[in-house]
Amino acid sequence: MATEGNIHARPIAIQPAPAGPYVHEAHHPWLQHHFDSMTQQAEASTLGMWVFLVTEIMFFGGLFMAYLVYRHASPSGFQEASHHLNIYWGTANTAILIISSLTMALAVRSAQTSQPRGTQVLFLFLTIVLGLAFLGIKAIEYTDKFKDRIVPGPNFHWEGTHAKAAEQFYSLYFAMTGLHALHMIIGVGIMSVILVMAWWRIFDEEYYTPVEVAGLYWHFVDIVWIFLFPLLYLIGRHYHAG
Amino acid sequence: MEITTVGLNYLNNGYGLKSWLLTKDHKRIAILYLLSITGFFFLGGFFALLIRLELLTPAADMVQPDTYNKLFTMHGIVMVFFFLIPSIPATLGNFLLPIMVGAKDLAFPRINLLSWYIYVLGGAFTVVAAATGGVDTGWTFYAPYSTSASNSHVITAGLGIFITGFSSILTGLNFIVTTHRMRAPGLTWFRLPLFVWSMYATSLIMILGTPVIAITVLLVAVERGLHLGIFDPALGGDPILFQHLFWFYSHPAVYIMILPAMGVISEIVQAFTRKNIFGYAFVAFSSLAIAIVGFLVWGHHLFVAGQSTYAGLIFSILSFFVAIPSAVKVFNWTATIYKGAVSWDSPMLYAFGFIGLFTIGGLTGLFLATMGLDIHVHDTYFIIAHFHYVMVGGAIMGYLGGLHYWWPKITGRMYPEGWAKFAALTVFIGFNLTFFPQFIVGYLGMPRRYAMYAPEFQVYNVLSTAGATVLGAGYVIPMIYFIWSLKNAPLAGNDPWGARGLEWEIPSPPPTENFVVSPIVTEGTHQYAPSREVGIGH
Repeated sequence: MATEGNIHARPIAIQPAPAGPYVHEAHHPWLQHHFDSMTQQAEASTLGMWVFLVTEIMFFGGLFMAYLVYRHASPSGFQEASHHLNIYWGTANTAILIISSLTMALAVRSAQTSQPRGTQVLFLFLTIVLGLAFLGIKAIEYTDKFKDRIVPGPNFHWEGTHAKAAEQFYSLYFAMTGLHALHMIIGVGIMSVILVMAWWRIFDEEYYTPVEVAGLYWHFVDIVWIFLFPLLYLIGRHYHAG
Repeated sequence: MEITTVGLNYLNNGYGLKSWLLTKDHKRIAILYLLSITGFFFLGGFFALLIRLELLTPAADMVQPDTYNKLFTMHGIVMVFFFLIPSIPATLGNFLLPIMVGAKDLAFPRINLLSWYIYVLGGAFTVVAAATGGVDTGWTFYAPYSTSASNSHVITAGLGIFITGFSSILTGLNFIVTTHRMRAPGLTWFRLPLFVWSMYATSLIMILGTPVIAITVLLVAVERGLHLGIFDPALGGDPILFQHLFWFYSHPAVYIMILPAMGVISEIVQAFTRKNIFGYAFVAFSSLAIAIVGFLVWGHHLFVAGQSTYAGLIFSILSFFVAIPSAVKVFNWTATIYKGAVSWDSPMLYAFGFIGLFTIGGLTGLFLATMGLDIHVHDTYFIIAHFHYVMVGGAIMGYLGGLHYWWPKITGRMYPEGWAKFAALTVFIGFNLTFFPQFIVGYLGMPRRYAMYAPEFQVYNVLSTAGATVLGAGYVIPMIYFIWSLKNAPLAGNDPWGARGLEWEIPSPPPTENFVVSPIVTEGTHQYAPSREVGIGH
């Protein structure tokens, strides 16, 4: 064990941090002790959410990969199966999610610009209502599939030429839209918490990170649907006469 | 060593169970992880012991073949998912990363604690699966056996892996954000310790790969539970898709195990040769290169699985590429040791062991990346020996070396150096005795995953079992003297090795907030020679 290696000065100066722009911010009630400034805290939180969304892309990616492989393996079967999805409900849900992205963006904006509580709460409330409307329509669609017995499993019943591929299509349909719906449910839960925080007048131009981070998540879940909708409802639809 | 007292630190700042189970201090969470992974290490080691005992004789005379299948499966699951993957990142990384970047904690302390609870929950599922009868699919869960044929607890074990994956994802997320956003003033990327670079590269793999294995084992569980046709060809699924998805994570997972150990070795080699690393930027970037190229080589696990020869060719070439950044590291460590003032302390013994064994493990990896040779040795003991040289000879040697190197920092106390040297030597001898014969017997054609084997292979298996006994002793000895040292060994002081870096500037054990005053960094944090800082980043 050698201790005599310190032949020259230590490279790191441990000294008090400079007093300056951070000192005022250090007293903000929502600054956690291990951050130096509100800016650092906000940057860490948003980067954290971005990194999390990367993991979400990879998580959904496995399912998209499976979809590509099986669509490639049985294109006509997938077209036949796709035709039994209700394109009107699907389109309505796409519109609902796009509008909810707008209300979400407005909610972030209103927190960022210190709008009155009423405005912040209104936009969050609209976002939640639209999210619930999406889930309601999804529930109607799922019920129809159960009624038509096109839920994969022992009772799967298919009046067409590609029963096997259709069952696979619906396996993927339920796995992908189910995972997406789970994310929507979690999103509605998060938005409810954010709404309560907004009601408590927590957000203003100095501190709006939770709204912003929740908004990133909400937009991501919307974008996943923007991919799911054409893959499941639209592709090859016009080729199929049935 | 006249130090007789320690100040207020993270260890004596509260003693109750609650102060540990609800802690947000990265150092305490590191200790929680250390205790839990040690438990899983000895559980996995217990399964290994039973495997080696069964293989002492050619006949399946100690356990039934069915039981044997469960033993090697549980050994693999526990060692890979519950020991090796969290080993260095969740313990040493958790403890050191915030200190090395000059921060008070990781960016998300609550998420850090959450990751430990998720790990424990996933571990509980696995223990339940083991206790209620085990799994017999192999740790690879190949479909359709796992989804349709096996009668064992595949869903329970799969959910355990699914859950634990999220602890790994959250750790990686925390490390990435901390490295980007929590560095002290003046601590530029190219002043960071190489351990931080390797943690960063590891974290990239954790966040990009783990979600894929999560969805894959979830699909296995869903297919098994609901009979959906995803992987089972009888139901219209594609079993090769399972192998692609599985190895898309599980090959990079090997780099989750080895990259942190490489980071540890980079630190130890500098400290015990009193030299700056040779080619800092090369070593730093080779970590990123391994992480990136490592994602493009998974197909070399599918050479005999029905993948096209053309795809096999591409994966073979890409697998050769990943050897380049690995070799860069080995050459740069060697060049660092060259003409260095080498001190033969126990961490350095582990570093020497690592460099030698990893080189053997890495070079035999090139054999396996060669398609023609791989067809000959595929699923033999050759591959068992190869990946144990990387995972045990590499990752665990690095883990033990790092644990010895930073033990004085973590606990504030030294350990008996004589015993530590003896243990390091025991591990090295036991390891080679266990696994080198497996290269030979594998090349001669002994297949993996059988309880029985041809009688002419017995001599190699006896050697291997004898080696495993020595290796086991080599792992138990450190545990004894580490526990002993907590009360009895001399206090370490801030920097017992004369090493460089922010972690050696602060007291041992560190205070809860790490730095009483925030550090300002003015040059590379590991300067063993004054004028050798790399020019990049200035």
